[in-house]
Amino acid sequence: MTDEENVLSIEGLTVDLPAWADRPHAVENVSLALRHNEILCVVGESGSGKSVMARAILGLSTSRHVQPSAGRILYSGEDLLKAAPERMRALRGARIAMIFQEPMTALNPVLTIGQQIEEAIAVHLRVSRDERRRKVLEMLTAVQLPDPARIHAAYPHQVSGGQRQRAMIAMALMLEPDILIADEPTTALDVTTQAQVLALIRELQRKRRMAVLFITHDFGVVAEIADRIAVMQHGKLVEHGRAADVLDQPQHPYTRSLLAAVPDLAPATARHDFVSAEVALKVTGLQKSYRGKGIFRAASSQAVHAAKDVAIQIRRGETVGIVGESGSGKSTVARCIARLVEPDAGEIQVGDVDFGKLSQRALRRNRKRIQMVFQDPYGSLDPRQSVGSLIAEGPRIHGATAEASRQRAIELLTLVGLDARSADRFPHEFSGGQRQRIGLARALALDPDVLIADEPVSALDVSVQAQVLRLLADIRERLGLSVLFITHDLRVAGQVCDSIAVMRYGEIVEFGRTETVFNAPAHPYTQMLFAAVPGRDWSLRRSAAAKEQQP
Amino acid sequence: MRAFLKRFVRHRPAVLGLVILLAVTACALLAPAIHPASPFSLIGRPFEAPFGQYLFGTDQLGRDLAAALLYGARTTLLIGLVATAIAVLVGVTIGGLAGYYGGRTDAWLMRLTEIFQTIPFFLFAILLLAVLTPSIGNVIIAIAVVSWPPMARLVRGEFIAMRDREFVLACISMGMSHSRIILRHILPNTLSSIIVTASLMVATAILIESSLSFLGLSDPNVMSWGFIIGAGRTAIRTAWWVCAIPGIAILLTVMAINLVGEGLNDALNPRLRTL
Repeated sequence: MTDEENVLSIEGLTVDLPAWADRPHAVENVSLALRHNEILCVVGESGSGKSVMARAILGLSTSRHVQPSAGRILYSGEDLLKAAPERMRALRGARIAMIFQEPMTALNPVLTIGQQIEEAIAVHLRVSRDERRRKVLEMLTAVQLPDPARIHAAYPHQVSGGQRQRAMIAMALMLEPDILIADEPTTALDVTTQAQVLALIRELQRKRRMAVLFITHDFGVVAEIADRIAVMQHGKLVEHGRAADVLDQPQHPYTRSLLAAVPDLAPATARHDFVSAEVALKVTGLQKSYRGKGIFRAASSQAVHAAKDVAIQIRRGETVGIVGESGSGKSTVARCIARLVEPDAGEIQVGDVDFGKLSQRALRRNRKRIQMVFQDPYGSLDPRQSVGSLIAEGPRIHGATAEASRQRAIELLTLVGLDARSADRFPHEFSGGQRQRIGLARALALDPDVLIADEPVSALDVSVQAQVLRLLADIRERLGLSVLFITHDLRVAGQVCDSIAVMRYGEIVEFGRTETVFNAPAHPYTQMLFAAVPGRDWSLRRSAAAKEQQP
Repeated sequence: MRAFLKRFVRHRPAVLGLVILLAVTACALLAPAIHPASPFSLIGRPFEAPFGQYLFGTDQLGRDLAAALLYGARTTLLIGLVATAIAVLVGVTIGGLAGYYGGRTDAWLMRLTEIFQTIPFFLFAILLLAVLTPSIGNVIIAIAVVSWPPMARLVRGEFIAMRDREFVLACISMGMSHSRIILRHILPNTLSSIIVTASLMVATAILIESSLSFLGLSDPNVMSWGFIIGAGRTAIRTAWWVCAIPGIAILLTVMAINLVGEGLNDALNPRLRTL
């Protein structure tokens, strides 16, 4: 088999959606070939049909109403859409394997990792137990898991997310498939783990000369790993070609807009200096630890420090970012500052109010000084309240009249770029990006001194993310807002923040002006974070090229 | 609301249940109009077979079974609804407080709930009625006392799931009072499960009431279905209809309520609907 040969060709594939969906087809007339020994990235935003297409190859369908209605999927001359269920079972796992986004749910929690991988062999091959075990251990070593014997005997919850994903990859590659379908395999992982898993997939692909169909929404990941790229929008294939061509000379306007929406890995042009501005928020010595409580556990056992002596200062109008991986304590710090979680120790000074020492009663009156925007656009708005009353409720409970609060809500809706008529509609009628705008309007309704934004754009598609970030930047400028911006994404942090604090294990390991942190990261952990950002080289090349073009 | 009705109507058995339930309600409301005389009055010879002079025949004392059935429907529905209402109120309050505040409050309230749950509920109801006097009010209290714990558990679970949702955090950070968060934001979001469970509790309450009156532990001055069966059970070989007819009435009503409950569940929790 030569490298140019197709191992899989999708011809005119159409997958129908049920009648009540917002469009007739999940995938519409897509033709795409996967070649031997390559990584083909299928990129698209949520709802673009990329996952449905990938699942159609294996005959996996999320619902009986979502079924392929036209086209062929040819695997070595055989149409998989017409293959009998027994034939598909023989192919799945053995010739075509798949790995999923969330390794925790893709693994069975009551079986050990070793048992599950051995099962994958037992289904397809007749080999002795000892032989199976030997093969699995060999494979676990090949995916660079430390101490394969321990992982073999471990249950999924006993190993880390990155290790679980490696185990999934080991399971998928066990029978040396020709094709590996990877559906957002690194989306749930932290950036440093993601970099390692991407490198592993790349390495294994090269070694085994497999074809990999890699589904992702993240252009950074694409730039890191793709040989060829296919871009999907609303179920249609809008562009495909060699990775370098698509990334550097995108042809289709949609691809161009997507690429333009990816934030640069360089700090945005610095705004003015805030040294002379008054201090809006000053946090010192913030401590918070969680310990397992219960009558059967000793009180002192294993305290987890979510915040260790954290100090942060935000001047009026300034945006300070906290960047860190999951478990770094960044969200705990945000919640402690807003006193949604009671800190163990530390001072929180908001303007001239000693926010950290307020009694519950005084706290309730003063809560409007700090407002939050949350991550989850679906969970952060009460589904049973109209948007107008959601926003008006804050002013209302702080004593404004019904008429004035409603007027304020409508003003704010206009401010965040929504129609005034949205006030009478309910959250489920809005898209994710629109909901984040509503969440922002709600937070602004109380004229807070400090706005805490906890991963406000992490759940959004890249183009929507860019819009929401622009809106946030615009509003902060207009209202002179002081913002504490929590994110795991260095690209986003670079665009929004004036200063950045990098957190790890509850500690701030580095704090400085954004340009300084980006251009000369001092702490080894910060350097590691930067090195792990997917598509780093591509981003740097792109910003360098952009700089050259400017006079 | 219209979408809700549409989903409910699509569930055929639920509509059938609703029709039966409306018929039973109509019987209960119209009882005095159809049979102005007391259901306890003796109107004919004992053990008249049904579909003769009297629609459903007479019992061992010569009382009209049709009248007894109509008046019994009033008792049955009244007790079912009022007892459930009280149980829902108690259950939602205790479960809601436990779920919302958590910690020590939760621990104490749940221990209390468990005390009630560990006593076999029917024996407990009998005990309560033996201590109190068997009157209609006490029957309602006894049924309510044994029915609220499952509701408290359900509501607690729902509240715990809601409490950590970001919209509740947003409410707290706006400076809302606890009562406002509970009543305006969390409760409306748990209402659908409460309604569904409550509808099924009505059916259980009716069954408990029937069983209690069968044992003669209900108000002797009020006609009820269980009472008729209990009184007629000695004559079941010679006059089967005295037991069978009210038995069928209980069966149909309870089944109807269960069907309606299931329909409500499908209509109110569209997330659980299978595509």
